[in-house]
Amino acid sequence: MSGVGLVWSNLFRKKVRTVLTLLSVLVAFVLFTMLRSVAVAFDSGGFGPAGVDRLQVSPKFSIIDPLLISQLREVERVPGVAAVTHADWFGGIYQDSRNFFPKFPVSPKSYFEMFSEFAIDPDQLEAFQNTRTGAVAPAGMAARFGWEVGDKIPIEGDIYPKLDGSRLWEFDLVGTYLHGDRRDETGSGVFLFHYDYFDEAKQFGQGQVGWLTVRVEDPEQAAEVASAIDALFENSLNPTRTATEDEAQREFARQQGDIGLMTTGILAAVFFTILLLTGNTMAQSLRERVPELAVLKTFGFTDGSVALLVLAEAVLLGVVGGALGVGLGTLAMMAIEPQLQQFFGLIEVTWPVVASALGIALLLGLVVGSVPALTARRLSIVDALRAR
Amino acid sequence: MAIVELRGIEKSYTKGRETVDVLTGINLEIDEGDYLALMGPSGSGKTTLLNMIGGIDHPTSGSVVVGGESLNGMSGRALARWRSRNVGFVFQFYNLLPVLNARRNVELPLLLTKLSGKQRKKNADTALEIVGLGDRASHKPGELSGGQQQRVAIARAIVADPSLLVCDEPTGDLDRDTAEEILDLLAILNREHGKTIVMVTHDPKAADHASHVLHLDKGRLSGDAS
Ligand SMILES: Nc1ncnc2c1ncn2[C@@H]1O[C@H](COP(=O)(O)OP(=O)(O)O)[C@@H](O)[C@H]1O
Ligand SMILES: [Mg+2]
Repeated sequence: MSGVGLVWSNLFRKKVRTVLTLLSVLVAFVLFTMLRSVAVAFDSGGFGPAGVDRLQVSPKFSIIDPLLISQLREVERVPGVAAVTHADWFGGIYQDSRNFFPKFPVSPKSYFEMFSEFAIDPDQLEAFQNTRTGAVAPAGMAARFGWEVGDKIPIEGDIYPKLDGSRLWEFDLVGTYLHGDRRDETGSGVFLFHYDYFDEAKQFGQGQVGWLTVRVEDPEQAAEVASAIDALFENSLNPTRTATEDEAQREFARQQGDIGLMTTGILAAVFFTILLLTGNTMAQSLRERVPELAVLKTFGFTDGSVALLVLAEAVLLGVVGGALGVGLGTLAMMAIEPQLQQFFGLIEVTWPVVASALGIALLLGLVVGSVPALTARRLSIVDALRAR
Repeated sequence: MAIVELRGIEKSYTKGRETVDVLTGINLEIDEGDYLALMGPSGSGKTTLLNMIGGIDHPTSGSVVVGGESLNGMSGRALARWRSRNVGFVFQFYNLLPVLNARRNVELPLLLTKLSGKQRKKNADTALEIVGLGDRASHKPGELSGGQQQRVAIARAIVADPSLLVCDEPTGDLDRDTAEEILDLLAILNREHGKTIVMVTHDPKAADHASHVLHLDKGRLSGDAS
């Protein structure tokens, strides 16, 4: 038997109680793993790393109102604006509604000039520009669905039917691009296709776009340029709200309901409960063992080592419960991920989530164990032996 | 040679304005290899005195020297270390850890030594054999009788080979026959293994096994040796 063996045996002094406590810790960490993974997927599901010199021009009142392509020309003339491009939310389903990924109609050249951090082969970009039905996909996404350049990608237009009444849009994959970040591994990102084809072939909403992206000449002047743009359209039929890309993405997330805040709230409540529950278990278990701990001290166990013994029990309980919870949560996430993908994109249990779960488990053990450990440390042998 | 030397021991407790003097000037020498029984009415301070000899309680004044070392000035840490090498404790209520089997209970004090796991196990088994429980090593306390549990406790007290055993009413919770077995065992440990034993008891029959008997009453010692 080692010190760890002693701690482990002590933990199972009351088997049922320990198993129940362990289960509650486990459930808390299953919840943590799943909710945090969803929140992380949601946070990283934006439309690109925010550029400090980029502004997003959105409809003032709602993300479902349109802007007009003609507004793009006007924005281009605003002093301080270096370049403008546009995109729109197409919706659409590829084969199965579970295959969620965003699809934007864009002007190829100006889009890739704006998002210069995306890497695309110049020949493929040229082909994209010159192919009316052309499309490019993130390389990771192409790999995920087994697409090759030259393939026809059928998308069902759930928002946008075509002029001829059909809902089947077919795009020719002419190239792939890289984000240069984690999205390349997860196969997420945006499927891009030619705006000209979209605008001609759709049944309604000709000349409309979802939002504009603006590059300013001087990031320091971003705020002035933004107000100048909004002032321009203030009294038009399509008023705008211009913000930095970063702010716009957060606004988008806020309109979807703040998942991050919600999960944090739920988790805080869960962990508070767990803290009370395990804290109570540990306190109770300590009370029952006062003479035993005193006897250990008579043999020559120091106050510190007895305290450590008690603390180690709580930490072991937290870490074992936490590790099992993360494991089970990962399995559960893998099981339900296909159903959630349409709402949140690709969801993975990432290492940071696992690491923070284990960190919290350790912290939980330390917090819960600290009071009984201090009590054990202060325990006077003589009083404890007399107390029985 | 005296293994225990107590000089002018006084112990009092203060509760509010009231002071209770439990021990009032105890002088005591116990020779190495002695088997001393300490008797006296309940509340007379026997446990208190024994705890001082074992290094788990301090006198209000007076000096405690055990095995040539003065315990008075020792820090808690130093005392703990000293106890682990020099004293074995046996209590009335055994105080075994219910989650551990007999062997592991006996092994506990050895966790503080540098012995290997294998050696610890071997020493624990030897101690269990000395107390006649070699065949009960994997039983948990709950699966043993009171007398057997007390044997395990004695094995635990001797496993680190201390020269001094302090026993506080070791037969107080046992029936007559079982008590006799335990007392015989202590006598063997004293005679054949050379352990110095200080035993608190209020059973005159138990005291018969000892080589000396002392009486504690009203804070003072009297008897056939001092
Ligand atoms: N922590 C304490 N506070 C106050 N009085 C105490 C304390 N511990 C022991 N006493 C008192 O000291 C006296 C001696 O106790 P003890 O040594 O246990 O006696 P015995 O073992 O002979 O029965 C008793 O009167 C007891 O009430
Ligand atoms: Mg007593």
